[in-house]
Amino acid sequence: MSRLPITKTPKVYVGGAFIRSESARVYPLKDAAGEFYANIPQCTRKDLRNAVEAAAKAGPGWAKRTAYNRGQILYRLAEMIEARGGEMSAALVLGGAKPAAAAREVTASVDRLIYYAGWTDKYEQVLGNVNPVAAPYFNFTVTEPMGIVGVIAPDSTPLLALISLVAPAITSGNTVVALASTTQPYPAILLGEMLATSDLPGGVVNILTGFRKEMISTFATHTHLRALGGVVNADERKALALGAADSVKRTHLLKTEDKPDWFADTAQSVYAIRDTLEFKTTWHPIGA
Amino acid sequence: MPALTAAKKSPRPAARPGRSAPELIFGDLWEFDPAPETADPKLKPRYDLFINGQFVAPKGGKYFDSINPANEQKLAEIALATPADVDAAYAAAQRAYDGVWGKMPGRERAKYLFRIARLLQDRAREFAVAETLDGGKPIKESRDFDVPMAAAHFFYHAGWADKLDYVAPGRSVAPLGVVGQVIPWNFPLLMCAWKIAPALAMGNTVVLKPAETTSITALKLAEIFQDAGLPPGVVNFVTGAGGVGAAVMNHPTPAKIAFTGSTEVGKIIMRGLAGTDKKMTMELGGKAANIVFDDAPLDQAVEGIVNGIFFNQGHVCCAGSRLLVQESVAEKVLAKLKNRIRTLRVGDPMDKNTDIGAINSREQLDRITKLVAAGVKEGNEMFQAACKLPAKGFYFRPTIFSGVSMSSRVAREEIFGPVLSVLTFRTVDEAIEKANNTAYGLSAGVWTDKGSRILKMSTELKAGVVWANTYNKFDPTSPFGGYKESGFGREGGRQGLLDYCKLV
Repeated sequence: MSRLPITKTPKVYVGGAFIRSESARVYPLKDAAGEFYANIPQCTRKDLRNAVEAAAKAGPGWAKRTAYNRGQILYRLAEMIEARGGEMSAALVLGGAKPAAAAREVTASVDRLIYYAGWTDKYEQVLGNVNPVAAPYFNFTVTEPMGIVGVIAPDSTPLLALISLVAPAITSGNTVVALASTTQPYPAILLGEMLATSDLPGGVVNILTGFRKEMISTFATHTHLRALGGVVNADERKALALGAADSVKRTHLLKTEDKPDWFADTAQSVYAIRDTLEFKTTWHPIGA
Repeated sequence: MPALTAAKKSPRPAARPGRSAPELIFGDLWEFDPAPETADPKLKPRYDLFINGQFVAPKGGKYFDSINPANEQKLAEIALATPADVDAAYAAAQRAYDGVWGKMPGRERAKYLFRIARLLQDRAREFAVAETLDGGKPIKESRDFDVPMAAAHFFYHAGWADKLDYVAPGRSVAPLGVVGQVIPWNFPLLMCAWKIAPALAMGNTVVLKPAETTSITALKLAEIFQDAGLPPGVVNFVTGAGGVGAAVMNHPTPAKIAFTGSTEVGKIIMRGLAGTDKKMTMELGGKAANIVFDDAPLDQAVEGIVNGIFFNQGHVCCAGSRLLVQESVAEKVLAKLKNRIRTLRVGDPMDKNTDIGAINSREQLDRITKLVAAGVKEGNEMFQAACKLPAKGFYFRPTIFSGVSMSSRVAREEIFGPVLSVLTFRTVDEAIEKANNTAYGLSAGVWTDKGSRILKMSTELKAGVVWANTYNKFDPTSPFGGYKESGFGREGGRQGLLDYCKLV
């Protein structure tokens, strides 16, 4: 008699813990063949606010980590995904990807993290500088993370896109509240498990699952979210930009209709890190 | 050697216990002779729009008066642009971008900007007088700060035009196209330079709207553009009030919008542009903390506090309007500060001895008056210098509120006038907490003798510019701009330039 396998209950990774939605709602995830696979948490605006709170708690500590330390932690995350690459590939196949494409997406995701792991202690040297002001001051411009960044991930290449949006934000010490793809949430659920074993402090990356239409307005208007990134359609862009105006939030939104190619060379860049940085200029007097 | 010991004197006689050290009495006790600046501002009686390299009458045929806020007399008539004029300005800018400026080699664009800087230096005194007449700021400020700094911005950015490969390491940059810009009335000429110089260096063309109360120096700058041979349409000026500004911001042509002004209007603009692909830079309001620690050189700090809040009548988005003083020296600093503001000369902006000139408009004077009344009603202790104010014109006494709590309106709202709110703190952490407890985040000041504390404060303060043992210093090489609701994007430096291009 064959053994009945133990199926996993998908939970979202928020504040370093695995939770169900506070609403107790779920939606069914089906595999590529249309068979029931698992129930996915259908997170709410309240879950989003809780995640922002978790991100706010984690933020100062993460931003104060040394750049070297952040780099090693991102590298460790890459190690975790690489080690469980087969499982992650299977999660992408579950969503309809061909095995070869799934494997390619996983390795590209790992490589993307390696790319940003290497940036943590270098972007400052590329983006900041000393300014030769015409007065006796040592004047320098350095970067700082903006704080909490909201990320809305697309359905296509759901893992690579999510990682490409999250990684540049946390490279500099931001924390992230991300909404995973609605149609392909399972890779994000798995990613949460890998984040949990990566030395990344709990609350630095929080990943929710659920429906965009239920959460867009809170992403737009939550004043503690200082920046928004993601891939969204025209209506969502407008709604996010309108809400962002209330707290002068920074938005860097890509268009769904442009079908961003996350494998492209330009999909990783120090300027993606720059998108969630503030510049601070200090005038320090020179004198005896 | 007893003789030596006897000869040694303490540097200053100590005040007798229980009595304060003798003080000089200032106020109106000593009259200064008038020292008016008399250079000719060469004003025209009527200023038209500047579109496609020409001064053209507005299509609606309407003009409005620009008055001197120091005496409420009319200076000139300014064209009121209609939407059709804004269309024409954008059409000219687009033609100039497509036909000339966008394709011109950087080294040639650079030469135009260098020329503009030089021509502005040539006419510096004339521009300074015009700026002071139109805006009300003291002549010493327009002469020593606004005009030279405007020229410096053109000179700095000129040199970038052929070095754009160094702006974004690893990537190439390209101009955005036409940019629409709206600027405020507090630094009319300087804001023109901040906006136009980087845009042009990068190869963009411009449609700019000056503030309705201060359009004259922009239109005088247009004369310099003509003298410099700047190709027609590269910069276009449309004048008028908020309606014209909205037309400039919401026009379909510009690829980018750059705005300097209040947070309130910035949010309206952001909403208006929601759903479009336009890039934005927002330089908005502030409520900066100027933090004085007990080890600071207090006399120097008092000068910095005065400069921080009374520079340009306090019409400065980065004004040090919240003074945070460490409790142990609070009384001393406040006493010194009150003494110091008794000596400030408030009055005719054209007088070279004037420290505080005219409030820019009646509307702004009313706003300041209203907020100060609210501050009094809240129970804050108010001190005003007892200076005589001119009978005509818009003036406001330098004002200090002390014993202010964090929740007070005068500690939270941007007053944009010569009004300082004084709060106290005990520890470094409390200073940081109070300084950051605001929706704004444009600038901050730190006064301390300790270098490591300067860097600690600078690291912790959520503000785009931090001045240590100084305040209100600016430089074209030094990026300026805010955190949080003080806006986004930077102006000046390499960072500012990147906000006027796209990566290719």
